[in-house]
Amino acid sequence: MTAGTLDTARIGVVTFPGTLDDRDAARAVRLAGGEPVSLWHADGDLHGVDAVVLPGGFSYGDYLRAGAISRFAPAMDAVVDAAKGGMPVLGICNGFQVLTEAHLLPGSMVKNDHLHFVCREQVLAVENTSTAWTNRYAPGQRITIPLKNQDGQFVADDRTLDELEGEGRVVFRYQGWNPNGSRRDIAGISNARGNVVGLMPHPEHAVEAGFGPDGEDGPRSGTDGLGFFTSVLASLVRA
Amino acid sequence: MGRVVVEVMPKPEILDPQGKAVVGALPRLGFTQFSGVRQGKRFELEVEGEVTAEVLAAAQEAAVTLLSNPVIEDVVRVADAATDAAGTITAEGVA
Repeated sequence: MTAGTLDTARIGVVTFPGTLDDRDAARAVRLAGGEPVSLWHADGDLHGVDAVVLPGGFSYGDYLRAGAISRFAPAMDAVVDAAKGGMPVLGICNGFQVLTEAHLLPGSMVKNDHLHFVCREQVLAVENTSTAWTNRYAPGQRITIPLKNQDGQFVADDRTLDELEGEGRVVFRYQGWNPNGSRRDIAGISNARGNVVGLMPHPEHAVEAGFGPDGEDGPRSGTDGLGFFTSVLASLVRA
Repeated sequence: MGRVVVEVMPKPEILDPQGKAVVGALPRLGFTQFSGVRQGKRFELEVEGEVTAEVLAAAQEAAVTLLSNPVIEDVVRVADAATDAAGTITAEGVA
């Protein structure tokens, strides 16, 4: 199914055992004007959705490696096929880890270099605004969204990092402080086509005034994450 | 019943935060001899019957597809536990 208008765009949100942020992701889709569709990890049918969000959490308790077991869920076979066909896919935190384990994105995440769980409001620079999930931001725009993880250190070999930089696929970079030791301050990346994006921080927790990070308009007023979801709706209308 | 041992270690070039924490704790207990620690994983895969060449090949395949992530880890050992001397360390010492 192809979305004709904003109202009809259906965004799937996959729930794995141990996923925590699926309802927040669905709420973000709704606040942006889309229709969230709950997808279950054991179901290999994507139910005709136009895009997919893999939300954060600790799927399978992070056993083996973060995202390693979820990657083999029936829903992921369908997501991998759809992503290769150009469907927008966003992996947030544990979802990003699942995307790297599924080889839709390069590199991997290991434990934070300081070994602590970190939970804070994090400033990022949006360095690529041509992806399906970032086209509503201005190039270089600074956004503040929550970050919370234990295994958030992005690692890849130098050749892969050079390739990502050279092709403009570093989509988000940490500003001010690198919270986990990620190589080259990388917070999020995309595939070559720009339809698959993964990042460690959580845009879905910064979509409604009163419930977001502290912002210019006062405490909890930050809604910098909403642009992810309005971006994908815009990209679906164009497609 | 047969058993295959698979061992996975973080790649040398990847910082191992867990090993770093352990090496920091050792001197506090008086173990000052150790200058570095790297922490890996050991899997024991059980099979009904004997560990054949076919079983070892399947274990190798499982080791590189699921048990390890080649971006950050190396599979350093896939072996039959019964014939592998390194697998028989007991509480009393090496048997």
